[in-house]
Amino acid sequence: MKELKVTPIKDGTVIDHITPGRALKVLRVLKIPESTFSIVSVLMNVNGKKGKKDIVKIENRELDPKEVDKIALIAPKATINIIRDYEVIKKHKVELPEEVVGLTKCSNPTCISNAREPVESRFQVITKDPLRIKCYYCEREPEDIAEGII
Amino acid sequence: MNFKHRDIISIKDFSKAEIDYILHYAKRMIPYAKAEKHTMLLKQQILATLFFEPSTRTRLSFESAMHRLGGNVIGFADPSGTSQKKGESLADTIRMADSYSDAIVIRHPQEGAARLAAEFSEVPILNAGDGAGQHPTQCLLDLFTILTEKKKIKGNNVVLLGDLKYGRTVHSLAYALSLFQANLTFVSPETLKMPKEVINECKEFGVEPISTSNLEKAIKEADVLYATRIQKERFPDAEEYNRVVGSYKVNNALLQQAKQDLIVMHPLPRVVEIEPEVDKTKHAVYFKQAFNGLPVRMALLSLILGGKKI
Repeated sequence: MKELKVTPIKDGTVIDHITPGRALKVLRVLKIPESTFSIVSVLMNVNGKKGKKDIVKIENRELDPKEVDKIALIAPKATINIIRDYEVIKKHKVELPEEVVGLTKCSNPTCISNAREPVESRFQVITKDPLRIKCYYCEREPEDIAEGII
Repeated sequence: MNFKHRDIISIKDFSKAEIDYILHYAKRMIPYAKAEKHTMLLKQQILATLFFEPSTRTRLSFESAMHRLGGNVIGFADPSGTSQKKGESLADTIRMADSYSDAIVIRHPQEGAARLAAEFSEVPILNAGDGAGQHPTQCLLDLFTILTEKKKIKGNNVVLLGDLKYGRTVHSLAYALSLFQANLTFVSPETLKMPKEVINECKEFGVEPISTSNLEKAIKEADVLYATRIQKERFPDAEEYNRVVGSYKVNNALLQQAKQDLIVMHPLPRVVEIEPEVDKTKHAVYFKQAFNGLPVRMALLSLILGGKKI
């Protein structure tokens, strides 16, 4: 019987240690599938050394720093592995800046940052674990951060 | 302490020492606010008052404060005659007002508007209420009222009553009272309870607020009763509003169970929360509280614009 396995990728990005159950949100943040024709593999609830995790493998695409910041908002413990010719040439943990600018919209519909004004959304990180952010303008905390990601 | 050119956006931008300083300076403004003494401290200075939402007390007391300090006022009380109605952004309106004035007072229906205004303005911004967000000068005048009536803020049993969910004044007030170590009791209908994040903020200062729906019990130990209006405009639907409006009433029968020196405060306008019969009792300080907006706003304007003290 033929077995379908998720094999190592030749070139691209492997996002490891995604909070279990969040892989599909990571795809949404990366605008996959709309933004790519690459092969994308998604593994959910994989047993890792530190418990369950999700993994996303994207072939022939290396993530840029802004995309990595966005991932930090929904999977703060994720690691990004850049693969070239089957080798990991760069590996780093996602890191959230002290201030999150232009990545996620404020969930408060009457916040001025959602009006037609020449400003980007802006949040201050209150705690990283669990992740809590506060809108710089209206001072509210969004309940579902992934929901507002731009 | 230097307040020159500082924005007044949220009470949280100030330390306890800074708030104390403003409140004590405001006391010195009382004779000027009552026109018993006169000053031209802010002569030749212009205050712009941009009210995108209706207001009576806040706008009039800011304008009166500026006039009492010898300054001038420009602005609008209704945005219908302004470029905003033509679709101008708030950022552009602020850039314009900034070039015509030395400080800008803004009230706006959207939360965060004053913070945004401060980004586009060279001159200081004073937040006079941003939607359901912050109203720092109201908070300062409430603290000032407790301080002048009770001689101190710390240790007073303060009951916050009414719409604790949507009322912007009670959120900042709960924060500030916790900063000053007052004891807090929150009395509200079940649907209008104080949001969890506000309660958590109080706890960060070591204050453990009591939440209850029993006003009769809470009033017995209270030193300050702060009643608020159930704000129709903040309700998502009329049905919910009709269900809770008038659920608590402060009247003389209730006050008979209270301490002799209890003070009753209200940010006004009141609708049905406090019966007019209470006005004549020694408990009622809400009109004095409204007056207190004047010395407090005079103190702020003078600190921000003058630099020179009275």
